[in-house]
Amino acid sequence: MYKILKKKQLNEQVVLIEIDAPFIAAKAEPGQFVIVRSDEKGERIPFTISDYDREKGTITVIYQIIGASTMRLAQLEQGDSILDVAGPLGVATEYAEGAKRVAVVGGGVGCAIAYPQAKKLFGMGVTVDMIAGFRSKDFIILDDEMRAASSELHICTDDGSYGYKGFVTNKLQELIDSGIHYDEVIAIGPVPMMKFVCRVTEPYGIKTLVSLNPIMVDGTGMCGCCRVKVGGKIRYACVEGPDFDGHQVDFDELMRRNSTYKEHEARHICRLTGGVR
Amino acid sequence: MPNMDPKKTPMPEQEPLVRARNFKEVSYGYTAEQAVNEAKRCLNCKNRPCMTGCPVSVRIPEFIAKVAEGDFEGAYGIIKSTNSLPAVCGRVCPQERQCESKCVRGIKGEPVGIGRLERFCADHMRDKQPDPEIPTPNGHKVAIIGAGPAGLTAAGDLAKLGYEVTVFEAFHTAGGVLMYGIPEFRLPKSIVRSEIEGLEKLGVKIMTNMVIGKVLSVDELFSMGFEAVFIGSGAGLPRFMGIDGEDLVGVYSANEYLTRINLMKAYDDEYFTPIKKSKNVAVVGGGNVAMDSARSAMRLGAEKVYIIYRRSMDELPARKEEVHHAQEEGIEFRLLTNPTRVIGDKNGQVEAIECVKMELGDPDASGRRSPKVIEGSEFALDVDTVIMALGTSPNPLLRMTTPGLETNSKGTLIVNENECTTKEGVFAGGDAVTGAATVILAMGAGKKAAAAIDDYIRNK
Repeated sequence: MYKILKKKQLNEQVVLIEIDAPFIAAKAEPGQFVIVRSDEKGERIPFTISDYDREKGTITVIYQIIGASTMRLAQLEQGDSILDVAGPLGVATEYAEGAKRVAVVGGGVGCAIAYPQAKKLFGMGVTVDMIAGFRSKDFIILDDEMRAASSELHICTDDGSYGYKGFVTNKLQELIDSGIHYDEVIAIGPVPMMKFVCRVTEPYGIKTLVSLNPIMVDGTGMCGCCRVKVGGKIRYACVEGPDFDGHQVDFDELMRRNSTYKEHEARHICRLTGGVR
Repeated sequence: MPNMDPKKTPMPEQEPLVRARNFKEVSYGYTAEQAVNEAKRCLNCKNRPCMTGCPVSVRIPEFIAKVAEGDFEGAYGIIKSTNSLPAVCGRVCPQERQCESKCVRGIKGEPVGIGRLERFCADHMRDKQPDPEIPTPNGHKVAIIGAGPAGLTAAGDLAKLGYEVTVFEAFHTAGGVLMYGIPEFRLPKSIVRSEIEGLEKLGVKIMTNMVIGKVLSVDELFSMGFEAVFIGSGAGLPRFMGIDGEDLVGVYSANEYLTRINLMKAYDDEYFTPIKKSKNVAVVGGGNVAMDSARSAMRLGAEKVYIIYRRSMDELPARKEEVHHAQEEGIEFRLLTNPTRVIGDKNGQVEAIECVKMELGDPDASGRRSPKVIEGSEFALDVDTVIMALGTSPNPLLRMTTPGLETNSKGTLIVNENECTTKEGVFAGGDAVTGAATVILAMGAGKKAAAAIDDYIRNK
């Protein structure tokens, strides 16, 4: 059992939990993930580790209440225990060697995963431009943390209710157009966002790393559910990823395969909420 | 007087069309009377040919003689002395290629139902076993990676010798393929759990959610005081054919399909695990995993389920009984058939599978007749789900993170005749070494490795 030491609602749909998991905390690196099963009947859900404290022996996971299993997880409060947490899984992010300036792009709850990347790079002395996109002001999370972990933070909102009005891709394009040279771009967020960030960077040949979120079951290199097509080849996100060269990823296939269980989700959510969301 | 009936005593089973729609066990097992009757078919041959076919050397004629006398406890004791998982082996071993293939009674009729008798003894004794005597600790610690058939066997044997054994399991449940791979209707999970509880009573410690290679390295296990490590990490990532359309929604690997059903209980609506509710299903492959996938799909409510296999019935690698059961349950076998592409609709969902007919040519280097495409024989089957059961390649986690641990070109771990790897103090067995094989071969390797580990630690 893995105790929830802290629980904090970051916005209406996004929850932060700090979990007692000393073995995992000792090894976790940015880019890696854990598999969480809240209770006996729950799914094995992959979550990227958004922070860790080796001394306290804790890891932090930030998740969006999006389906039946995350709803069940959200029912666990501070002091409760999660049945299973396994990790750290996946390959830690490998940054471009000798990078001087990097843009880290986060979208929505993806900022929770983009943030540790910015923190790590910034701590290594790299100039980090953090571009964080949200639907509107009410959905903004981790702004203080991201500000502290970057040279410059650009918050974008779709409706202009805070910061830059527009998508992260517009902002990134503007920054590139202003003459900034990026050695690398790291993009983490919804699949369409990652796809379009890659479209922006490709003409300039800027190496672009994306963190993929395919459906997983075991997460340890056994079931093959998380297969993605990268450079025309089957790759397994759980043991070879989740980071891949964004210019090689078949995002359309990923979007299609991620929609496999939409109907099932809707049915289970109805059961949990009596049809109300 | 031996029972000279040329046929095995039949084992009662659920009606095929009933069982094809539920996940309860197919066979009920022998009654005591049926077991005694079957045991009396054994001629108790002096040279014990059956034993030579058993990877863990169960003293078969001896235990069967006890069953014939009605001494089921005595029979169980004999089996258990060399086989730590008899209830499992009695159900899933390919007996027709092992012990029963050597049975003298098989020459002029059916061999003695050794597997059925083994199963009977284990089931009969399941709730009647006294807690085992805890062996005197010898003060040495051994780490086992993977709580599947190989790891559990090695753990049991070492614990009996007094070792302090810790098993590190990556999943949330111990059992490996017995839990995630083999379906409930063939191997009830309560049986696996009770076998594992037996090991825990012997003092074996099992730590779940521990993905070795990630959370701890093999070298760290040594620095934690383990003197030897056994790797039984099992089979790894699924293989695909490399044909068009394998990325469509509705194409599963058998590993994923079975894991969702068995480990994650997708067939039970109480559980949150999603799985596709299919109408027509094509399973590609001819092994036990293919049979398990096809029969599971049928039980989830499919109307038509096809097995697509490129060779003929004679070459089907699956256990005979499973093929027979699958046929009875209405699975359609499309033999000498090979898929050429999976066809999708405009939403990227599987709509059909295109295949070609095959014919068998001359035997290849392995002695098997190699299938050849019959030109122009393309045809399509309307299916909404395709399950690829084509085998696996080894899990890369340990070889990626353990310096000194060498693998061959296929990625399986290199071991010597004592299951010793290229890294000192590290032993390995099961699918991690052989590639996808059977439960009993993995158990045989676990057994051999346990003896080698004992030898290694004694002579250190």
